[in-house]
Amino acid sequence: MSVLTTNILVPHGREEDWRFTPLNRLKGLHDGSAAVAEHRSLSMDSEVTPGVSFERISRELLLSLSLTDDAVMNRVRELSSDVAVLKIAANTEVSSPIHLSRKTFDLNAAEFSRVLIHVGSNARATVILANTGDTLLAEEIEFKVESGAHLTFVTLQEWDAKTVHVGKHHAIVDKDAMFKSITVTIGGSVVRLLPTVEFTGPGADAQLIGVYFATAGQFFEHRIFVDHCVPNAKSRVNFKGALSGDKAHTVWIGDVFIRANAEGTDTYELNRNLLLTDGARADSVPNLEIETGEIVGAGHASTTGRFDDEQLFYLMSRGIAIEDARRLVVRGFFSEIISEISNTEIQDRLMQRIDNELSKVGA
Amino acid sequence: MSTLEIRNLQVSVDTENGAVEILKGVDLTIKSGETHAIMGPNGSGKSTLAYSIAGHPKYTITGGSVTLDGANVLEMSVDERAKAGLFLAMQYPVEVPGVSVSNFLRTAATALRGEAPKLRKWVSEVKDAMEALSIDASFAQRNVNEGFSGGEKKRHEIMQLELLKPKIAILDETDSGLDVDALRIVSEGVNRAKDANNLGVLLITHYTRILQYIKPDFVHVFANGRVVEEGGPELADKLEAQGYAEYVGN
Ligand SMILES: Nc1ncnc2c1ncn2[C@@H]1O[C@H](COP(=O)(O)OP(=O)(O)O)[C@@H](O)[C@H]1O
Ligand SMILES: [Mg+2]
Repeated sequence: MSVLTTNILVPHGREEDWRFTPLNRLKGLHDGSAAVAEHRSLSMDSEVTPGVSFERISRELLLSLSLTDDAVMNRVRELSSDVAVLKIAANTEVSSPIHLSRKTFDLNAAEFSRVLIHVGSNARATVILANTGDTLLAEEIEFKVESGAHLTFVTLQEWDAKTVHVGKHHAIVDKDAMFKSITVTIGGSVVRLLPTVEFTGPGADAQLIGVYFATAGQFFEHRIFVDHCVPNAKSRVNFKGALSGDKAHTVWIGDVFIRANAEGTDTYELNRNLLLTDGARADSVPNLEIETGEIVGAGHASTTGRFDDEQLFYLMSRGIAIEDARRLVVRGFFSEIISEISNTEIQDRLMQRIDNELSKVGA
Repeated sequence: MSTLEIRNLQVSVDTENGAVEILKGVDLTIKSGETHAIMGPNGSGKSTLAYSIAGHPKYTITGGSVTLDGANVLEMSVDERAKAGLFLAMQYPVEVPGVSVSNFLRTAATALRGEAPKLRKWVSEVKDAMEALSIDASFAQRNVNEGFSGGEKKRHEIMQLELLKPKIAILDETDSGLDVDALRIVSEGVNRAKDANNLGVLLITHYTRILQYIKPDFVHVFANGRVVEEGGPELADKLEAQGYAEYVGN
């Protein structure tokens, strides 16, 4: 049991932010009942190159960059004694992706992990975080993308079956900087991720894309928030999900807020879900709040549908068996996003996992 | 030598107002090497015939039979029909997002041949087929039918016909929407497939234009869900001169 020094409001499930989440399956990450693990699972697998550093800094020395009222994130701030900091110095161009990973097998105690990824002005980097193992994890990653910098962040939830993972990935994107995240969630029991963006300078650009595939009993929630609080920023959100099997449940929330001063905003968000069997449920809630009419564009779309009979017929009429036809269609559905990951080994690995999940349910 | 036999085929579709009968007893026999033209006005049931033979789930067979060399086609799944040697070039080829032409063709060839074609040989096979139909090499990496023009879709259908080598092919208005050059290219593809594999062809069309390039041995006039007149190539000339008016009056 941890001793809390501040009062953190425990969510009960009626709160707007928590209304879809099965709190009873969070293993106490949200209410302080989880035992706190000693381990720090995050490691850097790439060679350290000039201009790149990875170290742990005592939390007293590093204040959080953003405000949050999220109960789990406040516990992360409370309970993590240090912060893993990945720093890319200004003007550094990191040519190959920086690989980070977590791989833990511990379902008895929960890890509360704070991470900061700091990209100095005009630097360029791709960071890939691969999560495997079976664990309980509460995680806050803050990104500071300084002016003119480009950061691509790939996060792969390739967990085993029992993992509970609650995370917030918050990007602060400065003038003319670009942040792109690719979120892939295909493993775990409960995964709730909050990819959020806050712009701090005009001309900033954020692209949040992702895929999720939930099979029987899995709950995957992606709750996006893009805060257009500066003029002339651009955001694109595109998440695609597939569900198959009894009680597979996904939630996608896309909140975009265009504040009164955010003139010239250009935003579009999209969520598509493919229901492969009966008994699965996809919630999809795009939500655009606009305080100024002086914008370039703002829109959203959300669809949830089943296999397209015409597509399956077309493929099968060329001799392709139904299972293979379905596999092609599902792979095709995901490939728009997966192909954005600039590493074919990872692409193949993810597609293989998707194939495996698909064959499990005999969809 | 293959024979596709259609006997007294009756087909209905489900609509909001219940089942509607569309094919009212169709009889046709197509043998290897033969080319049969089916000509008829819009809405007469030509596509329904094509889809029913291919096994589209939308259509319910209410009577009659379809056999290929004696085997009951109507009991086969859609892919089994293709494996048995049937091919349908669709009037409206379907877009399959995220699936490349190259992946699609190789998956289909693997399914139909029972083993993955040898990569080297396959690559040149596809290259030749694309060149023969004036399809740009870049199409191999495009998604199936996605963003293809009408003519490109039709050429892509005929490329599959040449690569997949069926015994009997049904071409559903492959000519519609093609300009003269594309019509010639597509027709040459069909004729190559005929010559190479002694293909039997059921050529569905609304116009006689394509029959200048693909010579039919038999012409069947289709109206109101059945064959109403049959003859040789001269019947097409009569249709060209007189239209379908004589057949569509109820
Ligand atoms: N799903 C459907 N629901 C209702 N009517 C249909 C449906 N499909 C086809 N039909 C009708 O069946 C008839 C034949 O259609 P079709 O086979 O496409 O004709 P053709 O190819 O000769 O133009 C038409 O009258 C058409 O409206
Ligand atoms: Mg038609």
